[in-house]
Amino acid sequence: MSAVLFFIAAIGAIAGAIGVVTLRNPFYSVLALVVHLICLAVLFLLLRAEFVAAAQVVVYAGAVMVLYVFVVAYVGGGEQMLGGAVLRVLGPLFALALAIELCIAMLGSALKGVSGKGAPYVSGFGTPAHIGTLFLTKYLFPFEVASILLLVAAVGAVVLARRRRGLEEPDEQFELRIRAPRPAYTGTMAEAAGTRIAETVPEPERVGDVSTHEGGW
Amino acid sequence: MAIGWYLSVSAIIFCIGSAGVLTHRNPLVILLCLELMLNAANLALVAFSRMWGGEDGQVFALIVMVVAACEVTVGLGLIVAIYRRRMPIDVDELNELQG
Amino acid sequence: MAVTTFGWLILLCPLIGTTVIALLFKRLPGRSAGWIATTAIGLSFAFSIATLFALLSHSPDHRQFTSSLWDYDVSVGVDAKLSILVDPLSVFMALVVSGVSTLIHLYSVSYMTSDRGDSRYFAYLNYFVLSMLLLILAGNFMLLIVGWAFVGAASYLLISFWYRRTTATRAGLKAFVINVVGDVGLVLGTFFIFKHTGSVDFVKTFHEAPQVFTHNGTDITVACLLLLVGAFAKSAQVPLHTWLPDAMEGPTPVSALIHAATMVTAGVYLIARMHPLFEQSPTAADVGAIGGCLTLLIAATVGLVVTDIKRVIAYSTMSQIGYMIMGVSVGAYSAGLFHLMTHAFFKALLFMGAGSIIGAMAGNQSLDRMGGFRKALPFTFAAFVIGGLALSGLPPFSGWLSKDDIIAFLDNRGGGFLILGIAGYVGALLTAIYTFRMIFRAFFGDPVPEAVELEHGHLAHADVPTNPMTGEEEDTDVGFPGPGHFIAEREFPMKIAMGTLMILAVIAGVLQIPGVDDVVTKFLDPTFADSKFAGVEPSTGSAWLGLVIGAAIAVAGIAIAYRIWVVAPGTSTRVRERVPAVYRFLSNKWYFDELIDFLIVRPTLWFGRFTQNVLERVVISGAVTDGTTGLVRAGSAAVRRAQTGFLRYYAAVMVVCISGVALYFLISAT
Repeated sequence: MSAVLFFIAAIGAIAGAIGVVTLRNPFYSVLALVVHLICLAVLFLLLRAEFVAAAQVVVYAGAVMVLYVFVVAYVGGGEQMLGGAVLRVLGPLFALALAIELCIAMLGSALKGVSGKGAPYVSGFGTPAHIGTLFLTKYLFPFEVASILLLVAAVGAVVLARRRRGLEEPDEQFELRIRAPRPAYTGTMAEAAGTRIAETVPEPERVGDVSTHEGGW
Repeated sequence: MAIGWYLSVSAIIFCIGSAGVLTHRNPLVILLCLELMLNAANLALVAFSRMWGGEDGQVFALIVMVVAACEVTVGLGLIVAIYRRRMPIDVDELNELQG
Repeated sequence: MAVTTFGWLILLCPLIGTTVIALLFKRLPGRSAGWIATTAIGLSFAFSIATLFALLSHSPDHRQFTSSLWDYDVSVGVDAKLSILVDPLSVFMALVVSGVSTLIHLYSVSYMTSDRGDSRYFAYLNYFVLSMLLLILAGNFMLLIVGWAFVGAASYLLISFWYRRTTATRAGLKAFVINVVGDVGLVLGTFFIFKHTGSVDFVKTFHEAPQVFTHNGTDITVACLLLLVGAFAKSAQVPLHTWLPDAMEGPTPVSALIHAATMVTAGVYLIARMHPLFEQSPTAADVGAIGGCLTLLIAATVGLVVTDIKRVIAYSTMSQIGYMIMGVSVGAYSAGLFHLMTHAFFKALLFMGAGSIIGAMAGNQSLDRMGGFRKALPFTFAAFVIGGLALSGLPPFSGWLSKDDIIAFLDNRGGGFLILGIAGYVGALLTAIYTFRMIFRAFFGDPVPEAVELEHGHLAHADVPTNPMTGEEEDTDVGFPGPGHFIAEREFPMKIAMGTLMILAVIAGVLQIPGVDDVVTKFLDPTFADSKFAGVEPSTGSAWLGLVIGAAIAVAGIAIAYRIWVVAPGTSTRVRERVPAVYRFLSNKWYFDELIDFLIVRPTLWFGRFTQNVLERVVISGAVTDGTTGLVRAGSAAVRRAQTGFLRYYAAVMVVCISGVALYFLISAT
């Protein structure tokens, strides 16, 4: 029974993968990936990894793919041309070579570490309780680091995608901030790189000082 | 099923993903293929975790999922920013970071 | 007060003088810099006299005092302290130096009146006197070398004093470079001596020398020869003499002080001070004597043909120093030093007179343009005559007694030294001729326009300031040389200075009349008591014989000069036309400049250019620096080509490499 389910899920996953790669419309690729993810979740269930399967469906297929859908809708994409002449042929070839190597490695008798059925089943294997315990004891540090990574990614995404002032067309500029005038050549890098024109400060009138002004340092 | 089957499925999906990365020009699709490769790795990890009997592999797979989520977030943010600057969404055109 | 306290005070006065003038010159009112300087040196002279009396109050056996202020470098094997040695020799030299310096400072006060650089001048001049006194009073080799180097620096500063003149700066450089050659010799000689005696202190070295060195051995000879190099460079002896005539570019009082009376006598002092070492190495002493002899002859012959009045006196200095070097090399210490003293007097006097007549000529120094100044400049004429007679060695002037003292000693030693003595007489003849050539040409004959103007009471001024040597117009907007010209007849300080020297030039001879008294010898006896030649003196009879011969030669020389230049003017031109080759040889100064240029200057320049073009440009810049950077740049350019900017290319590379690694593991696992 599990064998049949395995084959169905495996074929579904591979079909989804092929769909991602070959479909022209990026929207369809996203949908193919969702199919692939669901099949992968079934495979995880077959491997008794309940929590991972649930997370896969909820987080991956549920959140990440939805994000993808939104972005694809925004950006669009239209017809996708496949890559440059050389890599269009060579790419799949490299991948094929890699696949063959890996399969030989796996299925050949060379690898001794891959043994038959697996370890005997311990009750509670793969449950959230066990995973949670591991996260909070043995893998506490990776857990914390992962949360910081999520924070960083969130901040990064906001920073990347916000509207940047001064780089849009003038009609979109929001003239709120104070542009403090700086004397010429008192240098920001922006000025040196030419993206900002320096404004010269008019010299305050000095009463009684008739010496010629010598600019610069 | 023997572990080997799961591992071969993982290998096949991985290579399909890499073929996709090498051939597509749209960065969105490349990211999708990258997701494929990450998932293949997850499958391998969970399979080994089942083989050894400890849940360490599953914890690893979960962390991989977190990383993938972050990476997708930032990558899509980049693509959105590129789109906003009205630059072509084509990795062959975006080649200014070169020696 | 103790003897050595006075010694330190002698050094302190010019030090204070130069510091005050150098630091405060902007605040000093008017021309007071000159008076401050003169007072400082005058005080130094007063302290020298005080030191003399303090020294004399001790018995003759105990007249050597050292005093050390602090340890300079006292460590393993070295014992360099800041110490002075006060003994008869140093007091004698200090008296001469400070005395003549005071008079020259007084003269300079008038001479530099209209010059805007006068504070700088007096600061330098005081610095020079300080260095000379330091050299003289030094109690060990280290301080001697310090004084030696300082004197060279002061000479450079003062020769190129009017630094807007290219000729002056070039002359200053030449003097300094040749002095540096001498410095190297001196320092190397010191190292040689130190290597064997283990001490830089004079007293200790002289004590050790007889034990440590073998008589006339290689070590001591080499050391003394190196010291001689130093002495020859400083005293302008052949072959290191070419700087002295050029040094006349400096103001005339500078020529008087440095290049007549004091600095050039440093070499004589050195040999006299190092006499225990030189007596240990007769070879080196003979080299010194022969060098001195050659110089006195060569310089005298050149003095016969040069036309610049200051250069005539310069060659005469060279010649007379040759006498002194000859004297102290063969053992006539007191005679040589006595001649040093009298020479200081009459040579400074001659230079001062030259300054006066140049002032009357509005800056022009050429004898060809001078003539008949007898009525216009009576005081200067008197100065020249007295100085000239003293130089030629006419009785009873001082030069007669001092010069023949040396020659008598040489004759007394006999053997090869007799030849040197005869050469000395020949030199004396030439001396008389060229000295009176100068006097007759400048003061006798028809008065030139400047002289006529002056007789009517009007001092001539040139329309445009010109360089006396090249005649080119020069820019005096900077304020120097000053526009004023000064003659002794109108300036009181000049008159005092020259008058004092005139009196001294006449009467100084009484100090050492053979058979009557020998003040100088007796005074210097404690220093030279350990010399082999301490008691060796010509008998009174032979000394008087020598004096008579000397007098006869002087009279003959003056008569010849009188004949050629006064009685039958035009004789010299006819003689010159008869032997043009000889004339050319002499007027080109025996081609020494050209020789040195060929032997040393050109190869050095060639070497410099060679290192610049080949070593510097090709090897170091080209191969080493540019080569390395080029290599690195090429390497990085090659590596950079892997960064194409194409994402998929990077991905493809990664996939291929991973496949490769996997393949490797596969294969290694089978």
